[in-house]
Amino acid sequence: MKITVVDYGIGNLLSVVRGFQRIGCDVQLAAAGEEIVSASRLILPGVGAFGDGMEEIRRRNLEEPIREYAESGKPLLGICLGMQMLLERSFEFGSHNGLGLIPGSVIEIPKQTPAGNTHKTPHIGWSGINKDEVSWEDTFLQTTSPNSPVYFVHSYMAAPPIEYRLASCDYNGVSICAAVKNGNIYGTQFHPEKSGPIGLEMLEQFLTL
Amino acid sequence: MANIRLIPRLDIKGPNLIKGIHLEGLRVVGDPQVYAVNYYESGADELLYMDIVASLYGRNNLSDIVKSAAENVFIPITVGGGIRSVADADQLLRSGADKVAINTAAINDPELISKLSQRFGSQCVVVSIEAKKQSGGKWECYVDNGRERTGIDVVNWVREAITLGAGELLITSVDKEGTRKGFDLELYKAVKDVATIPLIACGGMGCLEDFDNVVKDGGVDAVSMADVLHYNRLTLPQIRSAALDSNINVRQP
Repeated sequence: MKITVVDYGIGNLLSVVRGFQRIGCDVQLAAAGEEIVSASRLILPGVGAFGDGMEEIRRRNLEEPIREYAESGKPLLGICLGMQMLLERSFEFGSHNGLGLIPGSVIEIPKQTPAGNTHKTPHIGWSGINKDEVSWEDTFLQTTSPNSPVYFVHSYMAAPPIEYRLASCDYNGVSICAAVKNGNIYGTQFHPEKSGPIGLEMLEQFLTL
Repeated sequence: MANIRLIPRLDIKGPNLIKGIHLEGLRVVGDPQVYAVNYYESGADELLYMDIVASLYGRNNLSDIVKSAAENVFIPITVGGGIRSVADADQLLRSGADKVAINTAAINDPELISKLSQRFGSQCVVVSIEAKKQSGGKWECYVDNGRERTGIDVVNWVREAITLGAGELLITSVDKEGTRKGFDLELYKAVKDVATIPLIACGGMGCLEDFDNVVKDGGVDAVSMADVLHYNRLTLPQIRSAALDSNINVRQP
């Protein structure tokens, strides 16, 4: 199975590549628009700051190809910053426009819990993910059990309208959007490629979509 | 509360996994790859690699070790030892590391913390502190594996590192490291009130009770352990199941 990973010069691509190789994929890195448009399954990875990530994508003229790919109906998975960039905008270090493939903004994780206590951010570590508004059927989570622990590391979180929320996790009473879906477009705030066998299983399920 | 993380620590010298006492008196344990895969398969939450002689020689040899680990290990990997610049960190991240840990270079040039966190995000930057107890309830930061004093107070340095953009703290007690006599609880108690970012305890784990104490009294978010795992005194499943029995949240893989 062939999978294409967007290479826009930022972040640790190797983990994502190794994850898909482990489940038997032929992984191609795409740094040019035509490679993105012609992909059959596309991964948008990313770590780091939102503004930097979008700037790198634009500087390489990859924004339009990613949008064109998304409109084709073929499956797209954004991971961590890659998921956040699917949304319309982020307020990390100023205000930055995203790809707008999923409505809503990316906001800072509240530094206070609903109970009024301060808690630690970034949110780093393993949290269980649970079902949200969108059904897990026919998604990469179709074989995942609720409350499965996966690895998160982030200071900002996506805040899409509820009808795009595929999974959430609880962080000291703060509900964090853990996965999104808009038709063929998926995103995970957590790192499936760093979440052990449970995460690799999600990558395998993505190949069936 | 996120789950308390169990983080095997692999100290590396050349091609070997090694272990010392008080960060000195090093002995070869074995092939780091064998241990890394074993820890991944037995449910480690992350791995921590430290090139423990790198800062002495001004080099970093971990990229190859990390590259091969990333082929078989699908949990987060933190790498430290000898990172002096954004370029050094970039090379390790490109080799499969998820986070970098910096100690000596951060003490020499605190702005490096800001540079790394602006470039890669604060979640990528672990500030590693080697703490040695002084009189009067204070701890001093050491560098070069507990060899060199800096005159810097640990609690003050924690505050500064957080302001500069650190995403996590790894605090190793030089006094307890490798002794199996338990963690320096007073150290973590002193730090926890100022630590608004996750805190990883390291140094001294000898038994299950030590884990319990450092989580419950020390208030840490993660526990790094070496000796106790390398010599098979305890296994990760044993530690995990004891933690659950003691009402400490840990991941159940």
